[in-house]
Amino acid sequence: MTEILVLLITTALVNNVVLVKFLGLCPFMGVSRNVDSALGMGLATTFVITLASAATWMLEHWLLAPLGLGYLRILTFILVIAATVQFVELVVKKASPGLYQALGIYLPLITTNCAVLGIALLNVQEKSSFAVSIAYGFGSALGFTLVLLIFAGLRERLALARVPAAFTGAPVGFVLAGLLSLAFMGFAGLNFK
Amino acid sequence: MIAAVLSLTLLGAALGIGLGVAARRFAVEGNPMVDEVAALMPGSNCGQCGFPGCPGAAAAVVAGEAPPTLCPPGGKALAAALAEKLGIELDLSGVVDEGPKIALVAEEICIGCCRCIKVCPTDAILGAPKQIHNVIREACTGCGNCIERCPTEAMSMQPVPMTLQHWVWPKPAVA
Repeated sequence: MTEILVLLITTALVNNVVLVKFLGLCPFMGVSRNVDSALGMGLATTFVITLASAATWMLEHWLLAPLGLGYLRILTFILVIAATVQFVELVVKKASPGLYQALGIYLPLITTNCAVLGIALLNVQEKSSFAVSIAYGFGSALGFTLVLLIFAGLRERLALARVPAAFTGAPVGFVLAGLLSLAFMGFAGLNFK
Repeated sequence: MIAAVLSLTLLGAALGIGLGVAARRFAVEGNPMVDEVAALMPGSNCGQCGFPGCPGAAAAVVAGEAPPTLCPPGGKALAAALAEKLGIELDLSGVVDEGPKIALVAEEICIGCCRCIKVCPTDAILGAPKQIHNVIREACTGCGNCIERCPTEAMSMQPVPMTLQHWVWPKPAVA
């Protein structure tokens, strides 16, 4: 149990997907204009990453490994992830049309969010067990949501700030992301051993 | 080889069927009135009403956010049709209807810049660089996008000229 808890903290904070492993930067920049849609995006991505971690673990250990089909790994993983995203899109459209409008193009873009595929592939590489895989996926997704929320909050403040003309728009966003990454580097000092 | 083909096929089929079932279960019903109203509109998405295309305008009209007279290319006839569809009383006496108009190229001013061709939603303008352009009358919906785009003011809206194809007997005058 403590192992899982430590794993959650390390994946969410120490090895943050966005700021330390720089995976999934597209929604990080694209959907961080306001906190509400950032939260929606974070929850949708969390759902997709967790579900994809479980599905790809089953796929890897029950289909690809026994049949020796390792070369189909990326193909099948992308297929499963795309189907999961499509399913999430259907559900979001039904359950919350407002969120569906707010997420716009970034909802289908979860399909090509490299954080989703990256975590699935890392799970295979680490040869982790089923529970650890899910915890790894869920923790990473939590870290993604957390960073997205913090960044969206900062950008809401930033929208009101006076920014030098050359920095307006995306450049100051990237500067801010750099500072946030610097801050998250501080978690590298956490040691559980 | 066969295992790879079979497993991918099965996986694809299973996911496809799953998504198909989910699409049925989570289907979102649109407002059928919006589709009916959109079918009445010109459908050229010219944007003169200020809404994103004809479907957007239809949604606004159905929601009551825009008057039925919002469509300049549709003119009086469309306004009347929309009002009837929505069951709204509409006073059309204030609407000036000069009859349908389509774009016309003044051939002595046209410089053949091709800009109007790019903004035409129905591809009704024929031309090539440095060649005088022309308007295909049957395809022009009279949206007027090309008027603003023309750098030499060679485009203008003119009443549809009478041709043998659409000339009709005038109605008998009241004695």
